[in-house]
Amino acid sequence: MRHIISLLMENESGALSRVAGLFSARGYNIESLNVAPTEDPSLSRMTIVTTGSEQIIEQITKQLNKLVDVVKLKDLTAGEHIERELMLVKVRAEDATRVEGFKALVANYGGKIIDESEDICTAEITSDGVTLDRLLSEIDRDDILETVRTGASGIFIGARSLRI
Amino acid sequence: MELSGGEIIVKFLKDEGVEYVFGYPGGAVLHIYDAIFQQDDVRHILVRHEQGATHAADGYARATGKPGVVLVTSGPGATNAVTGIATAYMDSIPLVVLTGQVALPFIGSDAFQEVDSVGITRPCVKHNFLVKRLEDLAETLKKAFHVATTGRPGPVVVDIPKDVTDPGIKIPYEYPREVHMRSYNPVVKGHPGQIKRATNLILSAKRPMIYTGGGVVLSNASQELTEFTRELGYPITQTLMGLGSYPATDRQFVGMLGMHGTYEANMAMHECDVLIAIGARFDDRVTGKLSEFCPHAKIVHVDIDPASIAKNVKVDVPIVGDVKLVLRDLLAELRAKGKQPDAGALEAWWAQIEEWRSHNCLTYDRDSELIKPQFVIEKLWEVTGGDAYVTSDVGQHQMFTAQFYKFDKPRRWINSGGLGTMGFGMPAALGVKLACPDDEVVCVTGEASIQMCIQELSTAMQYRLPIKVVNLNNRYMGMVRQWQEFFYESRYSHSYVEALPDFVKLAESYGHVGMRIEKPADVEGALREAFGMKDRLVFLDFVTDQTENVYPMIAAGKAHNQMHLAPQCKAPQSSERELA
Repeated sequence: MRHIISLLMENESGALSRVAGLFSARGYNIESLNVAPTEDPSLSRMTIVTTGSEQIIEQITKQLNKLVDVVKLKDLTAGEHIERELMLVKVRAEDATRVEGFKALVANYGGKIIDESEDICTAEITSDGVTLDRLLSEIDRDDILETVRTGASGIFIGARSLRI
Repeated sequence: MELSGGEIIVKFLKDEGVEYVFGYPGGAVLHIYDAIFQQDDVRHILVRHEQGATHAADGYARATGKPGVVLVTSGPGATNAVTGIATAYMDSIPLVVLTGQVALPFIGSDAFQEVDSVGITRPCVKHNFLVKRLEDLAETLKKAFHVATTGRPGPVVVDIPKDVTDPGIKIPYEYPREVHMRSYNPVVKGHPGQIKRATNLILSAKRPMIYTGGGVVLSNASQELTEFTRELGYPITQTLMGLGSYPATDRQFVGMLGMHGTYEANMAMHECDVLIAIGARFDDRVTGKLSEFCPHAKIVHVDIDPASIAKNVKVDVPIVGDVKLVLRDLLAELRAKGKQPDAGALEAWWAQIEEWRSHNCLTYDRDSELIKPQFVIEKLWEVTGGDAYVTSDVGQHQMFTAQFYKFDKPRRWINSGGLGTMGFGMPAALGVKLACPDDEVVCVTGEASIQMCIQELSTAMQYRLPIKVVNLNNRYMGMVRQWQEFFYESRYSHSYVEALPDFVKLAESYGHVGMRIEKPADVEGALREAFGMKDRLVFLDFVTDQTENVYPMIAAGKAHNQMHLAPQCKAPQSSERELA
């Protein structure tokens, strides 16, 4: 099953490699991983999307907690949560009708066009991973020049939160 | 007090109560060595190879419970130390390893003797640090000792760039008495609800089994374990790492379990209905085939590391906490309940265990004209009164020692259980001897293992460390040979050690005493003579039977009731008893 694990860790050099190294050393899957500083400059937030049986996920959370740099951790999938991922997609814009179709599609998914020139068009869309996959499947593969995705971030619904 | 980085390190070690640093100098640590030269508080032990430094510090740590401290240079100094660091990591031994690093401006430039020590050691340390500012040095060292020695212990590496120890730059130093790490707070007290649940399950057992590991030793909980076990009257088995934390000569002890465990221990594991696992981690050498591990049992598991619980085996009552504290709570709860275990069921269970024990699975040919390795260990136990510190290398000699030297006290049995590092025994024995100068310290080894760190005989001479080396010399990598006999139709591929040195002359060339023993009748006399030489290292080269195997043996992937038994042992392979 797919799980989204959100964690706060000390913003120290090498912290990312400890997490990445743990996953490779123990043979766990990583679907995506993102990391960025928080409002507290001493802390980084990392969001890991992984898959595995309940027993594997339990081990992953325990092993992550065991890393000395990890301050706090939650499995978002264990509660009601919102998942968001940012995608940038660049397409060919040589054919005017197809460009209009692309723009309509992006608008339909709540995205916006962020760059447009003679023969290219770039859009920004934020949604959950499944929705982004669906959007991509609606674009002609030959028209796509590039897609850039951040991997999932997530947050609990309501007052529940991961903070120290 | 204004001190340079090098001086801060040495002063800090003194303030931290460190007696010995095991190390080897080199370019990146010369400033630190210069600071060591100018004081007498912290003694430096010069080894002959950095692997020896880590094993010696490890032996010191295992014998005392205090952290072992290592100092090596950058590059090859650090990489040579990795085997010893990984050895300590697998057995949860507290080490603080200081590695020199090239100066900060050179990091990442492929400078002379530069390696990414933090990166290389990351998978085999509990934690590691790179000190980038002199101002952080003392606090980082304190954190390193704190992390290494608390919770589930382990090695911590502190990588120190050369410019951080520059003697020209001094800052005020004050010993950091305490350290706070918001991200590191190990749980030590067991959950009261879980203690109650565990107690109920423990008292409900008809066929109970206590199974304990190295965690009991690390937690200094022998006394609590002994009280707990005697209070219940239950049988107890121990892992390779747990030996000595319950007296092996006691009737309730049924021997080591697992791949080379006793028949009675393994059969009892297979048929028990409640398993009480304490400070053990269900290693594959212990469990055998996981799907057939303790098939009838409900399991209580006490461990300080939450990640050890339910890693390999699902348990019914997990308790996260320090073994010593949890055992105290369990005992208090047992006594408060005032309920006794089911005496009738326990009597029947013991009758069954005694029947298994009567097959005497550790039997061997006592009439052989060749020296049997088991016989040497039995005599070693007698001659040392069962009270020596015994280190070992890895292989048959290690298993024979675990089976035949009956350890009655914790921290007496010192071996590389998890990583299985050949070359561990002799340098570890040097660390033990420094820690316990008035005790007998023996390294039991084989002619293959001993050669992996043989250079430390020179260290032993320099510091006059009169350990005894018992070399069970069968001219084979015995355990490899055994597996090849059993599983590769006796194709002894590269397990034969040709061109062996004359160990007697070798020992003598290092300035020690060497003895060769070729007949069973000479074994005891030689041991007595060797242990009579209190101030000399004696290397006893026992020429042993080449074909001896370690029995019982559970082949990898087999269950506890599927053992290869010694040819002399006629015990039934699996119990036909109907289980309730």
